[in-house]
Amino acid sequence: MNNSILRRLGLSLAAPALAAGFALLVSSIVLWLAGSSWIDTYTEMISTASKLETMIDILNRATPLYIAGVAVAIGFKMNLFNIGVEGQYVLSAFAAAWVGAQFTAPGPIHVLIIVLTAVIVGGLWAGLAGLLKVTRGVNEVISTIMLNFIATGGIIAATLPYAIDDPTDPNQGTVKIAESGWLPNLNSWLEVFTREILKGRKLTGMFIAAIVLGVAYNVMVNRSRFGFDLRSSGMNPTAARVGGVPPKKMILYSMLLSGGVAGLIGMPQILSTNHSYDQGFIQGLGFAGIAIALLGRNSAGGMAVAALLFGFLDTSSAPLQVTKTASPEIVVIMQATILLTAVIAYEVVNRKRQADEVRRAALATEGASA
Amino acid sequence: MTAVTQTKSTVDTWKALPAWFRWAAIAAGGVLLLSVVQSVSGTELLTTSNASSGMLRWSMPILFAGLGGLFSERVGVVNIGLEGMMVLGTWCGAMGAIELGPWGGLVAGMIGGALGGLLHAVSTVHFGVDHIISGVAINILAPGLTRFLSDRFFPQRGGSISQSPPGLDGLGDFTVPVLSDAFEAVSDWDVFFVSDIASVLEGFVTDLKWFTLIGLLLVPASSWFLFKTKVGLRMRICGENPSAGASLGVNVYLHKYLGVVLSGALAGLAGAFIVIELTGLYRGGQTQGRGFIGLAALIFGNWKAGGILTGAMLFGYPFALSLNDFDASGSGVGTRALLLLVAIVLLAYAAWSWWGQRDLSAPDTKAPTTPTEAYTQTVRNLGSYSNTVLASIMGLIILAWYLFTERAAPWVPNTMPYALVLIVLVFASQNLKPPAAAGRPFRRGED
Repeated sequence: MNNSILRRLGLSLAAPALAAGFALLVSSIVLWLAGSSWIDTYTEMISTASKLETMIDILNRATPLYIAGVAVAIGFKMNLFNIGVEGQYVLSAFAAAWVGAQFTAPGPIHVLIIVLTAVIVGGLWAGLAGLLKVTRGVNEVISTIMLNFIATGGIIAATLPYAIDDPTDPNQGTVKIAESGWLPNLNSWLEVFTREILKGRKLTGMFIAAIVLGVAYNVMVNRSRFGFDLRSSGMNPTAARVGGVPPKKMILYSMLLSGGVAGLIGMPQILSTNHSYDQGFIQGLGFAGIAIALLGRNSAGGMAVAALLFGFLDTSSAPLQVTKTASPEIVVIMQATILLTAVIAYEVVNRKRQADEVRRAALATEGASA
Repeated sequence: MTAVTQTKSTVDTWKALPAWFRWAAIAAGGVLLLSVVQSVSGTELLTTSNASSGMLRWSMPILFAGLGGLFSERVGVVNIGLEGMMVLGTWCGAMGAIELGPWGGLVAGMIGGALGGLLHAVSTVHFGVDHIISGVAINILAPGLTRFLSDRFFPQRGGSISQSPPGLDGLGDFTVPVLSDAFEAVSDWDVFFVSDIASVLEGFVTDLKWFTLIGLLLVPASSWFLFKTKVGLRMRICGENPSAGASLGVNVYLHKYLGVVLSGALAGLAGAFIVIELTGLYRGGQTQGRGFIGLAALIFGNWKAGGILTGAMLFGYPFALSLNDFDASGSGVGTRALLLLVAIVLLAYAAWSWWGQRDLSAPDTKAPTTPTEAYTQTVRNLGSYSNTVLASIMGLIILAWYLFTERAAPWVPNTMPYALVLIVLVFASQNLKPPAAAGRPFRRGED
């Protein structure tokens, strides 16, 4: 008995360990082939990350990554692939920046309106894909991919000229949001525990929002009626339907929810750093969110670890470039290798676990009949 | 009832016609629509030889990617990673072209894409990883890997981390001697429709790229391979019912591997085409989602090679047109005319689906007694005409857009392919026939 628990524990730890080890191996080989020293590269990455300022960078990067992971995971729980998180967050950040710049209001209200705009726009854009799925049977993978392109290449390109602050500026951006719509940073809180944070680094207030979101996600999925319906329709839609959960409604709700959370991804930039939407708005977080959700196995804690890992890798790339230790792109290769090996390892471990269960069941029935 | 049988027989007569005639009729209908639309809108851009030759050129990457998707999905593996494999193809194609010339680039691009396909096959077929997940991972991996490789190999060859040295040679082009001049002469007559067809055809036979010819030949070749050979049959059974195939002695894993690796090779070919024929250099991010459009062409073409070619042309056309349309003089007049075309097609579809639905569902004509009943009755009656209603609303909106603008903005042609895909899916999703087992995992010895 004890042995089997140990074995199960070992199996669940095996997958991430295997993935991390394999990714290290692959990136070492790549570094060696490229003629860089892998020891120097890893030392450089770890020594930069152990500075307080870099840790702030990592947290600032991990925050939107984590939110993106949660947005994707809500879909995954329902067996829906929301590939469109990418388009949803860019579109909603643009809309939020535009709306936020139109007026000023007392601090909390201004921020709240900006956030609400983002959530509503993201939710509606994702809900469109949900609506197409339930009413016309359009696969959500294809429709969300198309909606990504329509959002960024179509809607934003069409409306940006009306929202632009200064047409002569090559970095065409929306008007800057007034200071009442800025989210306070968390430096003063953090400095209670640490030394003074230098180099103008500021921990985004959205960090707290991400933690709250993670807790809420966990409670929603594991402890609420809605979460139960969500998981059961994801695992077996027919059984869930027999149990009184309308699958179409669940598809629509989970897309709306996933898109609404996706709307928050761009908020650190809108509320904490840029306060406007411009050509340099950070893209690709939606796709990274898919990676976070997969690595973290859709669990609130697992995704937090994954987001921190990816945040660490992302922030390592710039120092590598500065010190010329290795090509900065090595971190992307690491990320993709971790992702691929992790999903493969999870699958292998899953099969092992199933085989174990079958064996145990066989042993048990043998014992009973004997 | 009689009307229904009549429509049926019209469809049967149409299907009984030889395939080449049907395709030619569709193409001629398309050109007729174009020439009507452009004469109404007062532009001559839509049927120029520039537009048609541009369409042929720019539809090739979409076609290759779509055929790649065909091979993969026909063996039951969904390939979202086409885009990433295409990116690998662009880099390897550029590297091959620099070191070995155009043919080297072509082969290297295919190998690069095939390696991506192999990775997808290992994770989906062997390890049973979800197809979409594996594809997404490849899409994340490919751009990073190519940037890394560019950083390592291109600076010393005159390029940089984001691009290769420019000016890579393609396979060259040729002009069909007599036909080209003849079509040009006819297109100079300025006769409605006749000259339009001539100038479209002129674009097809003038400065035709050899690579394009290879691509066009791949369409019947793929069809023949999948539907007329033993290997093709075995591949298709892996996509329809792998367990049945396995019980008949088909090596399911082997054929799945073959299909997915071929799929990657074709996606790589798409990337190589962009590099050595269209732009003459590798540049980061130059695929611009064409792998996804290829996937869309696959769905539009109902998982058949001929349909994919049609889809690729359709989705390549707005972009090719915009190349001529958005210069100093044109600035969106031609693209605006396309809006009218889309509106006409949608409204025609609305009428057609109303005609088909007319006798199938007798409307509920019982006199309603309460307002609620009247409302639900109207909704129910409209519900059976939902295609008609939706298509007319969309058609009218686009028609209004056409009427109240003078020229289209540059974002319109860029977005049009994606919007067209969604529109097609909204109306055709239920009629499409993907391979039955596409996207499902298969494990030897189970089921």
